[in-house]
Amino acid sequence: MRVCSYGANFYDENANRVYTENTKCVGCHFCEAICPTEAITVRKNDFDIRPLAHWTPEHLIGIMKQAETGGVLLTSMGNDRPYFSYFDRIVLNASQVTNPSIDPLREPMEIRTYIGRKEEKLEIEEDEDGTVKLKTEIAPQLKLEVPVMFTAMSYGSISLNAILSLARAARTVGTFFNTGEGGLPKELREFKDNMIVQVASGRFGVSADYLNAGSAVEIKIGQGAKPGIGGHLPGEKVTEPISETRMIPVGTDALSPAPHHDIYSIEDLRQLIYAIKEATRYEKPVGVKIAAVHNVAPIAAGAVRAGADYIVIDGIRGGTGAAPKITRDHVGIPIEFAVAVVDQRLREEGIRHMASIVVAGGIRNSADVIKAIALGADAVYIGTAALISLGCHLCQTCYLGKCNWGIATQDPKLTKRLNPEIGARRAANLLRAWAHEIKEILGGMGINAIESLRGNREVLRGVGLHEYELKLLGIKPAGEAW
Amino acid sequence: MLYTRFYIHALLLQEVNALSYDLPRLIPDKDFKVPSACGVSGIMNTSGKRFSGNMIVESMALMRERGNGLGAGYAAYGIYPELKDLYCFHMLYDSDLDKKNAEEYIKDHYEIIESEPIPTRKNPHIKEVHILWRYFLKPKFIPEDMSEEDFVVSTVMFINEKINGAFVMSSGKNMGVFKGVGFPEDIADFYRIDEYKGYIWTAHNRFPTNTVGWWGGAHPFGILDWTVVHNGEISSYGINRRFLEAYGYKCTLMTDTEVVAYLVDLFMRRFGYSPQLTAKILAAPLWKDIDLMPEEERKLYTALRMNYGGALLNGPFAIIVANNNMMMGLNDRIKLRPLVAATKDDFLYIASEESAIRVVCPEPDEVWAPKAGDPVVGVLKSARKTQVVLEGENG
Repeated sequence: MRVCSYGANFYDENANRVYTENTKCVGCHFCEAICPTEAITVRKNDFDIRPLAHWTPEHLIGIMKQAETGGVLLTSMGNDRPYFSYFDRIVLNASQVTNPSIDPLREPMEIRTYIGRKEEKLEIEEDEDGTVKLKTEIAPQLKLEVPVMFTAMSYGSISLNAILSLARAARTVGTFFNTGEGGLPKELREFKDNMIVQVASGRFGVSADYLNAGSAVEIKIGQGAKPGIGGHLPGEKVTEPISETRMIPVGTDALSPAPHHDIYSIEDLRQLIYAIKEATRYEKPVGVKIAAVHNVAPIAAGAVRAGADYIVIDGIRGGTGAAPKITRDHVGIPIEFAVAVVDQRLREEGIRHMASIVVAGGIRNSADVIKAIALGADAVYIGTAALISLGCHLCQTCYLGKCNWGIATQDPKLTKRLNPEIGARRAANLLRAWAHEIKEILGGMGINAIESLRGNREVLRGVGLHEYELKLLGIKPAGEAW
Repeated sequence: MLYTRFYIHALLLQEVNALSYDLPRLIPDKDFKVPSACGVSGIMNTSGKRFSGNMIVESMALMRERGNGLGAGYAAYGIYPELKDLYCFHMLYDSDLDKKNAEEYIKDHYEIIESEPIPTRKNPHIKEVHILWRYFLKPKFIPEDMSEEDFVVSTVMFINEKINGAFVMSSGKNMGVFKGVGFPEDIADFYRIDEYKGYIWTAHNRFPTNTVGWWGGAHPFGILDWTVVHNGEISSYGINRRFLEAYGYKCTLMTDTEVVAYLVDLFMRRFGYSPQLTAKILAAPLWKDIDLMPEEERKLYTALRMNYGGALLNGPFAIIVANNNMMMGLNDRIKLRPLVAATKDDFLYIASEESAIRVVCPEPDEVWAPKAGDPVVGVLKSARKTQVVLEGENG
């Protein structure tokens, strides 16, 4: 019973037995998973509060908590409200007769992806003797062997062992992880070739050295879980090593302001992008991450014109280490719409080639990846799925810093539970498995390179969607031929 | 409508050849993307000597099995030597009114030097459903920021997209496209192909998997002096179309062949890339091969794939692309459709089947099956910059 950091199990000396305090259990299933005799089962506890349709227990408990504390309700991980999932209303195509499907185990199947600025036209010199020479200087790119990256999760919000797991997995598979707004612990320096460093509004740990420590720099404007507000690392998680990397005192809340205080408009964003490009000698792509909000398409177009080499769009399902529940649950738009309208808008403006699109926010499996790419993404970011591969059971209490799985905590007793060797293997396995599945689906479509899937909305069909939704997604209804 | 479709379908099942006689209007494939399988053939005299269309007709007739009578066509180069400096528009009209509308538009922008019906001959298997007309044109006023060719392209785009019932089959100089619904030999007879002489001929025999009644849906597909005949299905159509939109091309026909024509126009005419380089964009080498190339080459091919990924043609295809100076045969990246090439003296032959070559050239100097993604390129001697005659056999 020492196992539970939330104290849900306790030992009564007098009675000489173990009791469970149900209300303390967050449902992380850790005790259940490690119990050698399989004596523990974590089950849903039927609630006393009447489950009314409008006044659900969730609302009642929220009101009770707020009546007691007068505070904002905190939560963690992605939006769990039963909003409509458009991914689940989109189906994929496959070849029959007129176009042979391709077996990815026998034929080449290419899913390599480059993230960064592309050219509208390549200048190429072709000599009379047949030698061909590229004259255009190509902008710096990130090379992904699998079009899936690990999204920004800071050192602080998750443990070093969790980050190391993802970093090693990224290196093994040939993709990238993102430092988040947590600065750079020295243990990550060796992962330069697979690392994206983030610059957010708190500027924690940002220095010229930091900007050059990875392969790309990402400016975080917003996050899908909490569009419009800043970051919050509770003081409980700011331990000695965290305080060192973030350059703030131990035990203080690390608060990132809602806006960047040097970005009050798009021209300021341009200045920051170019300041970073200068600082990194134009050798690294600079990306901009925004939350998917109503106006996402023009905002993304503005960021591209401001010089962003890639745009990250984080949808309403995006995860977080800590966010006000009211924001997480109610602000933002589904990522499916966001990617569709951003891709279309950039194409209409003739600037789609100027930046790659990376999509984040609730990507659950390889089908979501394929659908996102067919809607127009170049690659996707996963956060929640990556943490689940490390053991997370989505108990949504990361903000307490007591994660039994050693992921979202800085308590050394808990973090040592996560072995980065094993974690790396599991996270890498996940990406490999998805890569296999993506290839399988591509082969079924008779396509052998992912660039022929990217933005190819003809491979998608909507089921049970309204006409205006189909129009926004740029797809046809199921049953309609090409 | 539903009833009509069903009726047509039932009829087709009974007797394909009956199609041309007494059917109500079929479903125009203008509005649908129709996957189709086909036979293609191309013959070129690299010295520019003109020869009669009989040869290509014979080659196509042999591949009758590859079509089902629902579409065939020919592209011919060098057929109008007396008017070779004028743009020749081959038009399909649904009605006199459509013709009037289109002519009004054309008159506004071009001087019409000649205007005449395309000569045809009665054929029992071909039911003429369109008005077929040709114009020899000289552009009147070209906006300063446009090249003459871009201007012609924009005219074609406008007519095809905006003027209902009017369709431009071809729009190049000293060349023309003749196509319709029927078997290749019937279409040839109908259009009096035997009376024309050209130095490049390409042809197509269609096996669409849908009923089609609109002649514009047949191949070759043409824009300016570019023509494309195509056997296959472009699975990347959805993104190819969107890639082209960024460069001002509007795909109005829902045929995947259309995107091939626009892609070669973009890369070869507008960007000035060679046919060989263009082939390496449309059927890009595999990453595993690119990774093994020497550095300079690796950089080039990586850049091509990175930047022009949206132009990659995916899915099975064998295409023959031609313009006034050259003819190119190209297969998809893993050769999922047949394509054979041969040479005899200054003749280059490319076809779906070796037999279609041997029927007109029994003893070629060389015959080979081009490798996946490797183009076969024949360039007119007068247009050649180098001594390279034919490429393809050895990569």
